[in-house]
Amino acid sequence: MKRIILVLVLLASPIWAVEPDEMLADPVLEERAQALDHEIRCVQCQSESIASSNADWARDARLMVRELVSGGNTDTEVLDFFLARYGDVVLMRPKSDGANIILWIAGPVMLLLSLGVGGLYLRRRRQTVVQAPLSEADEARLREILEE
Amino acid sequence: MFIELGHFALILAFAVAIVQTIVPMIGAQKGWSGWMALAEPAATVQFLLIAYSFAALTYAFVSSDFSLLLVVSNSHTAKPLLYKISGVWGNHEGSMLLWVLILTLFGACAAWFGGNLPPSLRARVLAVQSSIGVAFLAFILFTSNPFMRLAVPPMNGQDLNPLLQDPGLAFHPPFLYLGYVGLSMSFSFAVAALIEGRVDAAWARWVRPWTLAAWVFLTIGIALGSWWAYYELGWGGFWFWDPVENASFMPWLIAAALLHSAIVVEKRESLKSWTILLAILAFGFSLIGTFIVRSGVLTSVHAFANDPERGVFILIILGVFMGGALTLYAARAGVMEAKGVFSVVSRESALLLNNILLAVAAFVVFVGTIWPLVAELLFDRPLSVGPPFFNLAFTPFIVALAVVMPIGAILPWKRALIGRAMQKLWGILALSFAIGALVWVMQTERSMLAPVGIFLGVWLVSGACVDLWLRSGRGAIGARFARMSRLPRADWGKAVAHAGMGVTIFGIAALTAWDIEDIRVANIGEGFTVGKYEITLEKVEQVQGPNYFSTQAEMTVTRNGKHVSTLFPEKRVYPVAAMPTTEAAIDNGVLRDIYLVIGDVQDGGGYAVRTYIKPFANWIWAGAIIMALGGFLSLSDRRYRVAAGARKSAVPVAAE
Repeated sequence: MKRIILVLVLLASPIWAVEPDEMLADPVLEERAQALDHEIRCVQCQSESIASSNADWARDARLMVRELVSGGNTDTEVLDFFLARYGDVVLMRPKSDGANIILWIAGPVMLLLSLGVGGLYLRRRRQTVVQAPLSEADEARLREILEE
Repeated sequence: MFIELGHFALILAFAVAIVQTIVPMIGAQKGWSGWMALAEPAATVQFLLIAYSFAALTYAFVSSDFSLLLVVSNSHTAKPLLYKISGVWGNHEGSMLLWVLILTLFGACAAWFGGNLPPSLRARVLAVQSSIGVAFLAFILFTSNPFMRLAVPPMNGQDLNPLLQDPGLAFHPPFLYLGYVGLSMSFSFAVAALIEGRVDAAWARWVRPWTLAAWVFLTIGIALGSWWAYYELGWGGFWFWDPVENASFMPWLIAAALLHSAIVVEKRESLKSWTILLAILAFGFSLIGTFIVRSGVLTSVHAFANDPERGVFILIILGVFMGGALTLYAARAGVMEAKGVFSVVSRESALLLNNILLAVAAFVVFVGTIWPLVAELLFDRPLSVGPPFFNLAFTPFIVALAVVMPIGAILPWKRALIGRAMQKLWGILALSFAIGALVWVMQTERSMLAPVGIFLGVWLVSGACVDLWLRSGRGAIGARFARMSRLPRADWGKAVAHAGMGVTIFGIAALTAWDIEDIRVANIGEGFTVGKYEITLEKVEQVQGPNYFSTQAEMTVTRNGKHVSTLFPEKRVYPVAAMPTTEAAIDNGVLRDIYLVIGDVQDGGGYAVRTYIKPFANWIWAGAIIMALGGFLSLSDRRYRVAAGARKSAVPVAAE
């Protein structure tokens, strides 16, 4: 029960983006910082980015992002900064190294595989036309179905 | 007394479900008509018992019976009546009861309206459906009993989570469950057909309405949930790729694939074994969703009841049903010989491509959802998979689907020529491309999102119109329109649903690309400009609601000096649950939403204020509702209403 309440409290905290007093004066840098906010996970929350959480940790993280961005760091450097301190958990977009390659190529590989299987199935279907014409009964049945 | 009877009814229903699982199944195997006939009244009785049990729990909530643990932890006397009722399913135990209520409702419907099914198939379908009931009733009775009494009832309850005190809760879960659980019917039909060893056009015709209905409800449920998140969470996000959302989205994708492949089985007697597999998987994903929401194995913002013991129970249910069904499938796949033949370019192939894209898209969502678990267990590498991954990995499949949809929709069955089909589509392709290019030229950013989204939106909607137009035959325009209005409702349903998808894609692209956001400290009486609108914070008041206190702002929105709207965003505190919530104020429009949020008082005076201009936001959900409407149209087609698919070839007499 306590855990449920905890979860609900976390859920209930109004989902807040960046606060006015955190924002950078330079709109270009602020825009970059906000884009980065979406890439960094609030490690104290339940699957939320720091862009949408109002936990204290998320606020500190947002301020850190702005400090790093103002300090002339590139986007990659900012993300690496967080990665070095909190590990993979902090990245919303998982890196594609090591076993994570499976995650990233699962979709494309599955697509190629199913297209291959689907293609074979289609070829077989077509060959059936050439090799075995329909029996009389099947033909009648087919006509019946088509008429419905 | 009433409550104890409710508990007792639940136990009785469990007993009835066991009988209904065993007796008709044996009857169908042996050909004993009496045993088979038992399924029908048993399904009705089971539904009535659970309905009574559900009514008893609802009564406890409405009358604030604080001797029930569940009512204490989820209700309060000061709560408005609507939320007392919706509070019944705003918690784990009650929502499981709703789950089973809907499960038995579908079973009962199959019994009431399944008169034209061969008796053996009907008996088997009802037996399989009932076996799911056995599993979940056991789950409720042994791990999640909603009728737990308290020896010392407190004076009042702990109130429902304030975020759930919203009309959204009243409608979102029931629709979602109607969809989730509706897929159990497709599953039961698939397993029954495997046991029977017979899958033909008639079977597809029986199973398709159930799948279609489940898909329609799931569409409405997901759209409601997305809309609820949009206005309730306070920053206008509509989709978060949260594990629980994914859990409802995967069955939706598979159900969409299933209802398309069932067309191929119905019309052409091909793709049979694939269709059966989809029917099994669709319900499998529903069960996985139930597992994700209730086990706490994946972190999610809206999981309730993170109880490992319950998780294990659901995992066992999942294992038994999926393992059993897939084993049966492997053993019987041989009997499902395809009959129809078709060439590589044909409607059948187009539907196969649709199925591949939808199934692989669901697979991507599945891998992304469980990857944190896999990575931690197998590679000892805790990590997160967030929206940036899903947006990148999932979107291409939907884009590809949208590109081929209008072409596939007009291809003839059996043998087709791409060239001939494209002849009829060049016009709208050029139109869609021109509009997309126009947007590309006009916009200031370099993003391809809006142009591609608009291209697809126009392509799908105009493609649906072309589809209907081509079906109207030849001749004078007037005659064609007259014929168009007389087309079967299934044709209209298809076109409407396809157009709805176009509207949703357009809405998502436009909102994501052109969203304007403004965050600032505003003083009372001070105006500021966001986009084309001037916004003024007029005043801030303390207001008291039935069970909350609120800081309510009054803000006026004008455009070129003309009054557009006066909005009252609030920040509420629910004292019993000790929880703050934001209530955004939204001026809804066809072309844009103005979305205002009031925040905390600032140290130097003034309030934090967020303003969002959300272009075409409502198109997202309008598109989903249009899709659902298309489903309903198709569902009301004559061929399902009249003599719904009496099996033409003689039913084996032995089965009688």
